[in-house]
Amino acid sequence: MQAAHPPSDLDAFELVVGLETHVQLVTASKMFCACAADADLAAPNTRTCPVCLGLPGALPVPNAHAVALAVRAALALGCTVHAHTRFERKSYHYPDLPKGYQISQYTRPLGTGGGLDVDVEGRAGHVRLERLHIEEDTARLVHAAGETRVDFNRAGIPLVEIVTRPDLRSPDAAAAYVETLRHLLRWIGVSTAAMASGALRVDVNCSLRRFGDPALGTKVEIKNLNSIAAVRAALAYERRRQAACLARGEAVAHETRGWDEAAGRTTPQRGKEHAHDYRYFPEPDLPPLVLPEAWLTEQRAALPELPAARRGRLVAAHGLRPEDARLLTRDRATADYFEAVLATDGATRADPEATPPGPGAGPAPAPATSVAAWITGPLFAALYARGLDVAAVRNHLPPAHLAALVALVASGVVTANVGKRVLGEMIDTGSRARDIVDRDGLAQVDDAADLRRIAEGVVAANPKAVADYRAGKTASLGFLIGGVMKATHAQANPDAARRAVVEALERSAGG
Amino acid sequence: MTGGPHAPPGDPAALTAAGAARAMRDGTLTSAALTDAYLARIAAHDPHLNAYLTVTADDARAQAAEADRRRAAGEDGPLLGVPFALKDLFTTAGIRTTAGSRMLEGYVPPDDAEPYRRLRAAGAVLLGKLNMDEFAMGSSNESSAFGPARNPWDPGRSPGGSSGGAAAAVAADLCAFALGTDTGGSIRQPAALCGVVGLKPTYGRVSRRGMVAFASSLDQAGPLAKDVRDAALVLDAIAGHDPADATSADRPVPDHAAAVAAAGADLGGLRIGVPAEYFADGLDPAVRAAVEAAVMDLEAAGARRVAISLPHSVYAVAVYYLVATAEASANLARYDGLRYGRAVPDDDLWARYARTRGEGFGLEVKRRIVLGTFALSAGYHDAYYGRATRVRRRIRADFDAALARCDVIVGPTSPTTAFRLGERTGDPLAMYLSDIYTIALNLAGYPGLSVPCGLAGGLPVGLQIMGRPWGEPTVLRVARVYERVAGLRAAERA
Repeated sequence: MQAAHPPSDLDAFELVVGLETHVQLVTASKMFCACAADADLAAPNTRTCPVCLGLPGALPVPNAHAVALAVRAALALGCTVHAHTRFERKSYHYPDLPKGYQISQYTRPLGTGGGLDVDVEGRAGHVRLERLHIEEDTARLVHAAGETRVDFNRAGIPLVEIVTRPDLRSPDAAAAYVETLRHLLRWIGVSTAAMASGALRVDVNCSLRRFGDPALGTKVEIKNLNSIAAVRAALAYERRRQAACLARGEAVAHETRGWDEAAGRTTPQRGKEHAHDYRYFPEPDLPPLVLPEAWLTEQRAALPELPAARRGRLVAAHGLRPEDARLLTRDRATADYFEAVLATDGATRADPEATPPGPGAGPAPAPATSVAAWITGPLFAALYARGLDVAAVRNHLPPAHLAALVALVASGVVTANVGKRVLGEMIDTGSRARDIVDRDGLAQVDDAADLRRIAEGVVAANPKAVADYRAGKTASLGFLIGGVMKATHAQANPDAARRAVVEALERSAGG
Repeated sequence: MTGGPHAPPGDPAALTAAGAARAMRDGTLTSAALTDAYLARIAAHDPHLNAYLTVTADDARAQAAEADRRRAAGEDGPLLGVPFALKDLFTTAGIRTTAGSRMLEGYVPPDDAEPYRRLRAAGAVLLGKLNMDEFAMGSSNESSAFGPARNPWDPGRSPGGSSGGAAAAVAADLCAFALGTDTGGSIRQPAALCGVVGLKPTYGRVSRRGMVAFASSLDQAGPLAKDVRDAALVLDAIAGHDPADATSADRPVPDHAAAVAAAGADLGGLRIGVPAEYFADGLDPAVRAAVEAAVMDLEAAGARRVAISLPHSVYAVAVYYLVATAEASANLARYDGLRYGRAVPDDDLWARYARTRGEGFGLEVKRRIVLGTFALSAGYHDAYYGRATRVRRRIRADFDAALARCDVIVGPTSPTTAFRLGERTGDPLAMYLSDIYTIALNLAGYPGLSVPCGLAGGLPVGLQIMGRPWGEPTVLRVARVYERVAGLRAAERA
């Protein structure tokens, strides 16, 4: 009876998970040669040279920018960055490894320690990191039609490998860690961290133990998970599989497994009959990597304010709700945009080029909360509908334009609904809100005299509705208000329209 | 000197590089004529010597004609139009590069090795590619997949190795000079056994780019030449920073030719260190006598003898065969038959690897790959590779301490003269001990030179002169003075 995985088994065991994440760095060229690091854009084997093909006599030269990006990643993750480090050779034979060894780091990684704050189901947690090191990517194997071909475009692209301690306890937590990590790496601009293209790849190590048992169980490695959903699903599957195994009194095999997306299960990986002894030793083709203090300081200075700090500041400085702060920091472009909107003069006036709309006080400044609401609501919806993001639309919709629109709505010049429509056109054409409003006559009609005249006309033109109203059919009031809205092309303030109709009915009754 | 294997007087191939350049400058010789003279000697003598694996006669004639045109256009340079050859582990675009191995039989590289590129830029003319021990692993040239080169002084004997073809070619006047590589003595030992000058520069002085790697932390390219002045001229052409070799030194290159030219005959004030360990058991008495005589010649020129000790040098061979083999085990992992070179197809990947490497590599290479793999293996890593790297630091410290008390260290290059082919092939340890006096210097990374110091039993003996890091000018100066006071053939010919 192997299929059944009774829930009691799951409850008896604690899942322990650690992750190893490979992250491609965004550099123009590869880690150790001048080949372009745009593997995905190029035809196979068109981004190669003697160095990344491992030809005889070829020598590596480290890419300083890749080291800089790795250092920034390490700093953002709170690692201790080691100024004296070195590259080492990791030896194994496989067709994806042109030199028969991978240039990596082992005994002296670039970064050690550090960690990442990860919220799981609303609870704050922390995942400690073991290490962060630099290495070169391997070639890509393409299996098709019974053949395996090798594309060396990817060979030598700079990677950092980020290894956690076994601090995660559930598939959701592992998924949350990957999501948080991906967000951070994108935020600091060191990687596209796109899992679909392989720019971020996850291996998970997992084991089960009885709750309360201090010792870890037998570790199973699941390699190359290429989506967060796969991380979650593979771990959930492994938890069930291993629990069933332990419940039957069997030992869990120490092995490497692969995730079969279609079948929804993990399977033992073949080709691992060769026990791996990587025989690390210092890479003699490269001198030790020594990072001068001044250079490290530059890298620290090059880091933007990190997401957690940014969220905290948005809440503290602008009085946003934490959930809005989170939405606004979904990427750095959005957070920057939000603050740029707040910083424009337009946020306090309906239109910087227009005269204030009347004697006395101008419209009230649009508060941060309403700018936040405009971005997370109408703007996100409009971007989503168009398949755009904030960074892409910033030229068409400079922060001052959105600030002006928010102020127009806040000061009652246009209704919120009109504002949303105007926003769409602003995104599409780059026009200013005021120009669209003026061109289309969209300004809200709330002049009391106008409304009074329109309401009297509607009442006079609809004697039946008036009679029904007087007979107690209150629904007729809505009909009459609708008449006013129609006559004003929906630009009347609905409350003012209602007031005008009620007053017109009173006057007609009295007259 | 009599009994040598040289070109007869009057044959331009008998000239040194400097002598040939002077003749070309004077208009009494063209590069075309000189190149033809060398090609004629190669055709006549190489079938017996097997020094060349590839002769690029057509390319050589074209390059010679180009050099003559450059000279006619007013250009000059110490190596312009001078024919030379390369140990076959320098990559040459469009010309096969075998590293002495079946594994690379038929491999044609896309790029020129950096030292070769610099020689070509200087106008030197490539005659071809020279025999060597397979992947430079050997001390006799007998591990070459293409049969050993032979010693021009006695074709029944080894020219030494691994740059055996280079030493034989220079000794037999089959080229004006050659470029070799020295990982544990592979320039100096064959130079000594063939009676030519061989210089291993300081590690980092010459770019390693385009050298088929044996042991990356030890490999260094250098000249084999007919005399000390030529060695200096070649070093000047190939030395200097290469940004594409991260281990090449970014420091100014002194004018070595000028240091040699200014050498004179006086070594007054110079301290020569004589290490006790280099005159111990295992040194052939006739070699010892020749080297002792050379030391006395140096003293006669004004140098002061200082007794020194290199106590850890007794461990040098053991350390070397762990460090070099460990690095080699990784460096040679790339020869898997998937992208280039020899391939033995098999449906099973691991069988394919095993068959390709099993058939492609020779016995000595396999022995060293296995040894190096073992030295790096889990459980043995620290005891072997780890300890070897620690002792390596002590060996370097020995040199530093000694070189604080003297300006150069002198001793024999090889414990014996040229040995018979086949004499040591059955005993790897005896073969490894051929390099007992040269290996320590590679582990330290410092420069050393072998200069002929007479004959023993009719075979050449080499005097080794070792210096401080970047101390090539001093090493060359001492060697030049020795060459002059000893009145050897090469100096007479220059």
